[in-house]
Amino acid sequence: MSGKIAVGISDYKTSKSPDTLVTYALGSCVGIFLYDPASRIGGLSHIMLPSSSLRTNDAADNRMKYADTAISDMLASMESLGAGRDFIHAKIAGGANMFGKMDGSFIDTIGDRNVDAVRQELARLGIPLIAEDVGANYGRTVHFNLKDGSVEIQSIGKEKREL
Amino acid sequence: MFGSGVQQMIHTYGDLSDMHLDILSEIGNIGAGNAATSLAILLGERVDITVPSVRLLEYKDVISSTLGDPEELGVAILINYTGDIRGVVLFLLGYEDARGITDILTDGMEDNTDNYGGSGLSEMKLSAIKEIGNILGSSYLGSLSTLTNLHVNISVPYMAIDMVGAIMGPPMLEFSIDNKNIMLIEESFMTSRGSLKSHVILFADIPSLNRIMKELGLFI
Repeated sequence: MSGKIAVGISDYKTSKSPDTLVTYALGSCVGIFLYDPASRIGGLSHIMLPSSSLRTNDAADNRMKYADTAISDMLASMESLGAGRDFIHAKIAGGANMFGKMDGSFIDTIGDRNVDAVRQELARLGIPLIAEDVGANYGRTVHFNLKDGSVEIQSIGKEKREL
Repeated sequence: MFGSGVQQMIHTYGDLSDMHLDILSEIGNIGAGNAATSLAILLGERVDITVPSVRLLEYKDVISSTLGDPEELGVAILINYTGDIRGVVLFLLGYEDARGITDILTDGMEDNTDNYGGSGLSEMKLSAIKEIGNILGSSYLGSLSTLTNLHVNISVPYMAIDMVGAIMGPPMLEFSIDNKNIMLIEESFMTSRGSLKSHVILFADIPSLNRIMKELGLFI
């Protein structure tokens, strides 16, 4: 039985073939799709913000919200399911700037900052980034198929793409 | 002004007391009332507002509890405010309602020849929507400023037409940094033709909420 598992904002889920991991309406958030083709174990992380250093209090900690904490946690979760670290690659999508240029606003370029933070974290972890669909000014819904690691992206008024 | 007991400063949205929430609800009521008056003048019809709701929601629940399906097509106009207090006002409309409003405003003036990102709305209609958002946001924040005697600067309006989930993400995330929950003050408008699927949502950061409460006499 293949299941469809939804991943919300500031969340990640790991599973294996034949499941599909889905996340809806990525705007400035970034979806990270890690996949081990050997074991067909994968993980989808939906991060909201680039760095946990933005926090000023720890009371509301959620490591799944930030690029610099979510990806390494998800990687550990995949390894505990049996994924081989050396085989894992990454694809990413999202990081749009939904409202265009916004002078002086925190939101201005947040999509770009999220994408940069994700790339840096993947590099730090030594995970190759093999495909991406990022930036621009539109939302993305993503289906990540763990049978083959393919990533299908839908946006309003645009053709479906596959990574 | 609200003289029944000294209230504590808040550190997270979760600290907001019932009295705080009542006050914020009243602020939303007055702000949205002003915005509705502006909208009624623009549209030339009566506009009513729902009772405002002040809600503390986990950010993952904000989208599903405002417009529903995160993939639904929506139109948003966002205004940043800064000065003594800071935050975001978001005017969110269902796509068909946005079309309906612009049909009234641009009646018989042109057809849909242009197209913005496949939105099916012309340049003129897009400008009209943006201007409505601007007027509503300004009326809302103007009344907030008057009520609290605080100085508020507002940004130019920014617009996005896309999946509601993708549009709501960016304004939420700034306020989610130190918080599990997000506070939003929300109202819906109704015109004589029926309910307009619309929301005015006010986000404010924690220092701003404390400042508002202080100006209204809650802290001594």
